[in-house]
Amino acid sequence: MDLQMALLLGQDGITNGAIYALLSLALVLVFTVTRVIFIPQGEFVAYGALTLASFQAGKTPGTLWLLLGAGVAIAMIDLTVAGRGRARRRVAKILLWNIVYPAAIAALIFLGKPGAWPLAAQVLLSLALVVPLGPMIYRLAFQPAAEASVLVLLIISVAVHLALVGLGLLFFGAEGSRTPRFSDAVFQVGSITVSGQTLWVLGSSLVLIGGLYQFFGRTIYGKALRATAINRTGARLMGIPTVMAGKLSFLLSALIGAFSGILIAPFTTIYYDTGFIIGLKGFVAAIIGGLASYPAAAAGALLVGLLEAYSSFWASAFKEVIVFTLIIPVLVWRSLTTHHVDEEE
Amino acid sequence: MAVNQRSVLIAFLVLLGAGPLLLPEFRITQLNYIGLYAIVALGLVLLTGVGGLISFGQAAFVGLGAYMTAYLTTATNLPAWLALISGSPWLGLLIGLVSTAALALLLGTLTLRLSGHYLPLGTIAWGISIYFLFGNLDFIGGQTGITGIPALQIFGAEVKSDRAFYYLIWFALLAMVWATHNLLDSRSGRAIRALKGGSLMAEAMGVHTARLKMEIFLIAALFACVSGWLYAHLQRFVNPTPFGLGVGIEYLFMAVIGGAASVWGALLGAGVITVMKQWLQDLLPKILGSSGNFESIVFGLIMVLMLQWARDGLWPMLARVLPVRRGNGKRSVPQGEPLPRRRMPECGALLLDVRNATKKFGGLVACNNMQLTVRAGEVLALIGPNGAGKSTMFDLISGVARLTAGEIAFLGERIDGMRSRAIAQRGMSRSFQHVRLLPTMSVLENAALGAHMRGTLGVLPAALHLERAEERRLLAEAARQIQRVGLEQQMFEQAGSLALGQQRILEIARALCADPCLLLLDEPAAGLRYLEKQALAELLRRLRAEGMGILLVEHDMDFVMGLADRVVVMEFGEKIAEGLPEAVQRDPAVLEAYLGGVE
Repeated sequence: MDLQMALLLGQDGITNGAIYALLSLALVLVFTVTRVIFIPQGEFVAYGALTLASFQAGKTPGTLWLLLGAGVAIAMIDLTVAGRGRARRRVAKILLWNIVYPAAIAALIFLGKPGAWPLAAQVLLSLALVVPLGPMIYRLAFQPAAEASVLVLLIISVAVHLALVGLGLLFFGAEGSRTPRFSDAVFQVGSITVSGQTLWVLGSSLVLIGGLYQFFGRTIYGKALRATAINRTGARLMGIPTVMAGKLSFLLSALIGAFSGILIAPFTTIYYDTGFIIGLKGFVAAIIGGLASYPAAAAGALLVGLLEAYSSFWASAFKEVIVFTLIIPVLVWRSLTTHHVDEEE
Repeated sequence: MAVNQRSVLIAFLVLLGAGPLLLPEFRITQLNYIGLYAIVALGLVLLTGVGGLISFGQAAFVGLGAYMTAYLTTATNLPAWLALISGSPWLGLLIGLVSTAALALLLGTLTLRLSGHYLPLGTIAWGISIYFLFGNLDFIGGQTGITGIPALQIFGAEVKSDRAFYYLIWFALLAMVWATHNLLDSRSGRAIRALKGGSLMAEAMGVHTARLKMEIFLIAALFACVSGWLYAHLQRFVNPTPFGLGVGIEYLFMAVIGGAASVWGALLGAGVITVMKQWLQDLLPKILGSSGNFESIVFGLIMVLMLQWARDGLWPMLARVLPVRRGNGKRSVPQGEPLPRRRMPECGALLLDVRNATKKFGGLVACNNMQLTVRAGEVLALIGPNGAGKSTMFDLISGVARLTAGEIAFLGERIDGMRSRAIAQRGMSRSFQHVRLLPTMSVLENAALGAHMRGTLGVLPAALHLERAEERRLLAEAARQIQRVGLEQQMFEQAGSLALGQQRILEIARALCADPCLLLLDEPAAGLRYLEKQALAELLRRLRAEGMGILLVEHDMDFVMGLADRVVVMEFGEKIAEGLPEAVQRDPAVLEAYLGGVE
């Protein structure tokens, strides 16, 4: 391997690492706020990329049916609950988010012909379609079992992952897709070329991470999420609804997932089940951060990205094996440094 | 009309045995697969349903078992040191089991010490890794796999047909069901069931929770390995597909849907999922108009709904609907020879000596420079307002929390820094302020958990039911202690159905089962009615007369003052008074702490 190659792989590694960093942040966020180990994170990566690809191809993405279906299901459940509790005022809100909003998106897709739209508008529409699925999944799958143990939530999480992968196959078929680059610019830095898309990935990761930092540090919603993460009961006593915190964290997680998918789809062909492996690499990074520390998770993500890039050069058939066995030394280190007695899991 | 359990079991076995004579070939094949899956699910019942540990990676252990025998029985160019053992499926099984155990031991060492969710995450990661390894290693055929695996030979006869294999698979499965059932109904089984309630109580009863977790992880892995070995010789070829992560997840679903707390749940879950999967694989592509693994959508949804609404799975539902009478009706109080007892210290001997004990949580000083002693044959009451540090003191003495400074000696031996298990073994036993019983276990079994340390036989003898003599003595001891505290009427009820006061009394019985010389009781009288309190005071007096030392934290002043020989009063982590009950009651510092100062 010469320097040229090393730099090229390094660039690859950092680009992928930036995506893993975003995903690991979302995983840490969801876990600390809701105790859900969010395995389906990766499905949002695939859904985001493939929904955009459907628009590109002038097709109606199947995720629309999921949005409409989940909306109807939630509306039925929530209206029953609201009717029982005589909370009629909530009815309008329930209908707005679960019936009107999905219907509006559907109308936009059927009447607006998004296939001819500029890329930026298609990206926004894809996000508008996929991101609400996050809180909807929280409402349907996790909220009814919110008080269950971490392990029960984890099994639910895996079950949701399975269902979403199956739906992904149904919606998008077994063929993979790529989406166009945000930018075709190419920059020459010394002896290496840097593509505009790489800069897009790095730039948007930094902007998103910075945005999250501001969100958690400055806004009332961000602080509410942090409070819930630190002490759920205490936060509830302070008037922070856990349901709101849960939905918000799932919203952010879906946003990060779907946008990550859209960012990397120009580099690599995305299949209905690609998201899982990408999401798991985010997990390896999150585990390096002990599922608690954001900076450690981000650093772990860069490590995963670089390891993957260089191992694809030396032992490409085994690159997944190498990346996933990375967690073994991490677990060794954690088990040697952790002294807590596990209670009430 | 209710039939009893035994006749249902016999009917099931007869049907099972007659199966190959009556059923068409494809049903036999289906039952073979159900049996193979049930073996894996059975391991998960033990690991997940009973022990509370989750693995998504069982399929990889199945794969290891299958590939190990496939490779060893087919390879022609083995290195010399391996060539000796090649060719025989039985040696393949042996090597498979050994390597599975080694791998499980490694993975368990890495993940079992960490909090609960690292094990499942670890199993996901290595489940994927092994799958990729199977597919990429050339010497085991890569994605094509290995063909030409020889048939099994039992006593010289080849087991080739599906019908012959049926008997082998179901014999193996039923043997494992029997062993697992035995294991759960034993000293080790009680300890495994205690794992789910958190390790704090189990450790206080002297259970080596880390080793026990490793043992059930190993058993589950070995079951999976056996299933893989049978699979390889049934199919006669292996490729990586059936050992991927998705299949590992399916195994867990089988256990959860069937009912992860019962050995029969594994069979039910494996049956339901296998049959439903075939049915959905026929049906869904017709409805949806394209082909693919759409059954995963249905399975995912079913799992979510089950975990929301019926977390115990199908087996308990089935057991409720069927008119089966459980057990053979009358249950008798277990009888057995008394267990050997420890030599009690002389009355008045120094049992517990706490010197300058200090505990800081960050900047908060929960206990500061505390001194106290307990002697054999006395009741020392530790009292003080809420937040005074009494419970922290308890945790320090019983080894749950570590001292920041100072020392604690028990029977003349330093115990600060020891684990609570080691301290319990030395003759100190405790109850908990927030009752820690296993609500679905009977009163008798809960008490018997306290006698854990007085038995020695582990998992293997239990699985083979070779520990019945010891088990009888342990249960008899538990029954004796239950009678001693006056709960004999409730002996066979579920502990969770007792009133809170009775649950506290049961905690004392459990502590007494350990044959302690020092008893730590954390608010034993809370929630008791007047007469029950009197009975409890009477019991504690009797224990004191037998030479036991008792350290009591209690809020009920009448109870304390009528019982205690000496009283230590704590406030803000410090001792503010010590002495005879009457003297302490008049102490100005105590009055100020409880009633506020006189301005």
